[in-house]
Amino acid sequence: MRTILTLAGASLMMEATAIADTNITIELPRIHVAEYHRPYVAVWLAQPNHKVIANLAVWYQQHDGEEGEGKSWLKDVRQWWRRSGRKLDLPIDGISGPTQAPGIHEVSIPQGNDPFKNLPAGDYILNVEAAREVGGRELLRIPFTWPADGPITQTMSGSTELGDVTLTVDATN
Amino acid sequence: MKKYLKTILATATTVACLSTPIQAHRLWLLPSTFTLSGDTQWVTVDGAISNDLFFPNHVAMSLSDIHITAPDGSKAALQNGAEGKFRATFDIELDKQGTYRLAELGATYFARWQENGEPKRTRASLDWLIEQGITKKDSVKLMKAARRVETFVTLGAPSDVSANATGQGIELIPVTHPNDIYVDEAATFKFEIDGKPASDLQVTVIKGHDRYRDNSNEMQFTTDANGAISFTLPEAGRYWFSTSTTRGKTEEKGITMARRVAYTLTIEALAN
Repeated sequence: MRTILTLAGASLMMEATAIADTNITIELPRIHVAEYHRPYVAVWLAQPNHKVIANLAVWYQQHDGEEGEGKSWLKDVRQWWRRSGRKLDLPIDGISGPTQAPGIHEVSIPQGNDPFKNLPAGDYILNVEAAREVGGRELLRIPFTWPADGPITQTMSGSTELGDVTLTVDATN
Repeated sequence: MKKYLKTILATATTVACLSTPIQAHRLWLLPSTFTLSGDTQWVTVDGAISNDLFFPNHVAMSLSDIHITAPDGSKAALQNGAEGKFRATFDIELDKQGTYRLAELGATYFARWQENGEPKRTRASLDWLIEQGITKKDSVKLMKAARRVETFVTLGAPSDVSANATGQGIELIPVTHPNDIYVDEAATFKFEIDGKPASDLQVTVIKGHDRYRDNSNEMQFTTDANGAISFTLPEAGRYWFSTSTTRGKTEEKGITMARRVAYTLTIEALAN
């Protein structure tokens, strides 16, 4: 299982290298429970003092269901909701999208695109937070320095709601 | 309101007893959710006067004096209200982004006097005290105890709630928003009495679920000259704030009496 995931991740990244300077892979683990719902996930860039620089991805149920608005549970991604979500008017083009199935997913930011285009030098945190209905919640915070001296590859592993999360930055700038 | 008209026939009266009529039990409003997302959402709110937080085990709160203020200052409707034995409940439909202020306001009047050498005291409406001629008795001491039992609920981003202050009794003037309290982060609340900073108020803070602890682990704070307290909550959960004081006089229906003001607040603290 581990090998397959790594290979899958590597091929995604190789493909991504051609078009993206910043790439984030997010593994949503398969969770064996009686009642499974795909997690709500938020990915955002912040300064160490929590000031939000940009939202990179927000995955949530886009439609209203039997249990009400899909947006009802955005507040359960509670750190993101506090720092950014509650001030946003969702959906946001290119940022918000539907919930994702277990597996490895990719968020790519092409070179020259916001937020990295004019990102001032300094320390930053990549935040990835997942919250699952009738399940748990997990937040991973990956620190990095911008601009990088060389290529950045930082991986952090979640223990419950998130698997491996990898930040890759090409140092071609 | 009828239940508050009940006369208490006490054979022994102490000053302490009369001066702390509201602290005997804990009054609270508890929303099903404090922080919500979306366009239109609902909360169910419970109200009770209980010994344990937040377990209704004494008497239901009266719904006759509930005030729901929407983020824009307009009144929001209480829906599906019901008063049970131990707990009252009602729903609110939230359709405006921002913070809703939920409050129960009420007042009780206390009288104590001497009759044929016997100390007497009672708790009733002012009208009843007047009807019975109690307010005209020679030795009578009267007091009005006014309370505000409050909580806050936010749909979307928190909004300023101090703009909706009434300038009457004890009120919370948030420095830290009451729906923005996080574990291990210092927060500040300011209190006012009649629109002026309330210094030297004793504020008690108790975490809910005290029924499952041997000690309530209550925290005590005293407001400074600006009416402010600063606190850091140690664990995620629901907390109850309570304060009261006997200050000044009030006049009602031509009768001057002592005045007690009380305030309670329910909030939640979230983990980061």
